[in-house]
Amino acid sequence: MATEFHNLQEMQHCASLVTKVFIQRDYSEGTVCRFQTKFPSELNIRIERTLLEETVKTLNSYYMEAEKIGGQSYMEGCLACATAYIVFLCMETRYEKVLKKISGYIQEQNEKIYAPRGLLLTDPVERGMRVLEVSIFEDQGSAGSSPSSTLSSDSSAR
Amino acid sequence: MSAVMITRKVRKWERLPGKNTFCCDGRVMMARQKGVFYLTMFLIMGTCSLFFAFECPYLAVHLSPAIPVFAVLLFLFVMAMLLRTSFSDPGVLPRALPEEAAFIEMEIEAANGNVPAGQRPPPRIRNVQINNQIVKLKYCYTCKIFRPPRASHCSICDNCVDRFDHHCPWVGNCVGKRNYRYFYLFTLSLSLLTIYIFAFDIVHVVMRSVDKGFLNTLQETPGTVLEVLVCFFTLWSVVGLTGFHTYLISLNQTTNEDIKGSWSGKNRVQNPYSHKNIIKNCCEVLCGPAYPSVLDRRGLMPEDSSSALTSFAPSSTSIPAPQTTKTTAPLIPNEHTPDDAKPNIAASAEKTSSHKAKSPPPKEEQPPLPTVPPLASPETDAETSISKDKMY
Repeated sequence: MATEFHNLQEMQHCASLVTKVFIQRDYSEGTVCRFQTKFPSELNIRIERTLLEETVKTLNSYYMEAEKIGGQSYMEGCLACATAYIVFLCMETRYEKVLKKISGYIQEQNEKIYAPRGLLLTDPVERGMRVLEVSIFEDQGSAGSSPSSTLSSDSSAR
Repeated sequence: MSAVMITRKVRKWERLPGKNTFCCDGRVMMARQKGVFYLTMFLIMGTCSLFFAFECPYLAVHLSPAIPVFAVLLFLFVMAMLLRTSFSDPGVLPRALPEEAAFIEMEIEAANGNVPAGQRPPPRIRNVQINNQIVKLKYCYTCKIFRPPRASHCSICDNCVDRFDHHCPWVGNCVGKRNYRYFYLFTLSLSLLTIYIFAFDIVHVVMRSVDKGFLNTLQETPGTVLEVLVCFFTLWSVVGLTGFHTYLISLNQTTNEDIKGSWSGKNRVQNPYSHKNIIKNCCEVLCGPAYPSVLDRRGLMPEDSSSALTSFAPSSTSIPAPQTTKTTAPLIPNEHTPDDAKPNIAASAEKTSSHKAKSPPPKEEQPPLPTVPPLASPETDAETSISKDKMY
């Protein structure tokens, strides 16, 4: 039932977007960046629950590492303050380094796990760190596939 | 006659909604009204110039050359903090794209169920539990998102800002998550600079008067009088402000929460973000990680939405329809815009939410006033977004 794509580029060029699912932020531990591990029902037929949960948990751990308040963040803060924060113009902050790692991780996950299943994760930083966007694609060639029920309100606009 | 299409690369800051002004090709981000910011710059630079011109030569010779050196360092630090506060992104949350807005609308409709005709739908509030306290997340009609905890919509800049503190006209920008520590260091260093200049002005006048008499001293260094006046009035406000923010930091509260009384009172929720330890709170606010901006100001707009200048009507080509559908989910009609300033809606909102909606001063929604605005402008819940709903 799942449409097969060979790689990410092929999917982005040939497939048509069916709908998008948004995984929201989990605020139970305060304002730190965490995403809910609740599995959206629209993805039930597309991907195994454990794979998505694993991805979200890894992302959460990356964000936790970025926002950790400990020795390294103090050192960075004090050094920056002593130089009137001019050092931030030259050097990358720890958060920015972790964000780069995250974007690499998402790219890798897309290539290995999500693109073969017709899905695409969007880096949360492109959505203001508010949501983890999962785009669901359908192969344009497959005629029998019916859009999911969530599409009904969107399709009225087409 | 054929249309001549000249495409140029458009950076994302040129298409950002909201009432900010950008300089240096998107590197600098400020509010629209910058008059008071220029006044701040003028006062600081003017007073320091007078100090360096009149007092420093005498004090360097008669007391110590370290005095002007330290004054220069302090002045540079104050300017660096001011410019950093004014020019950086305070933590603006980008507005929801159409698909996300539609998704949220569907979730809200699903949660509300069937509302009988003629009845107003319930206010859009999401409850989350943070550290065993229930916190209500409000829906922003302008940005079409449920605001994260501690975020607020600044009506002056027309943006939702994360960990919104206040909009400061003196720095010409909002103060939020990303620039709060710079703002605090600015007020702290400015207090020190003001005290420093004031103290050495007095010392200088006393020392010179002993030699030459008081009136002669004033005649020789007229700048001193001006400096003392400026410093005297600045001292009370800036030192007071520094003290206030030190108090807020020790409690891990924002000005916005303090003004609205979010965490005060017996029946209210206690502050769930406080570590109940002054040192930990200070460390989190001042020594926490430096959050990067999520507004990609200098990124290039994707090819299909880059502006094309034609010899015919430019507005027809300005924003082509996005590939995905635009939201058609029914939005709340105009009369339901939750203008919390209006007491009748606030009264109905009170039935569902426990905290009272304070009506903001009406001038918050008007165009900028020519008079000097107050020191802190709290955000307003009044959303006038439906009328300015933009397609993007």
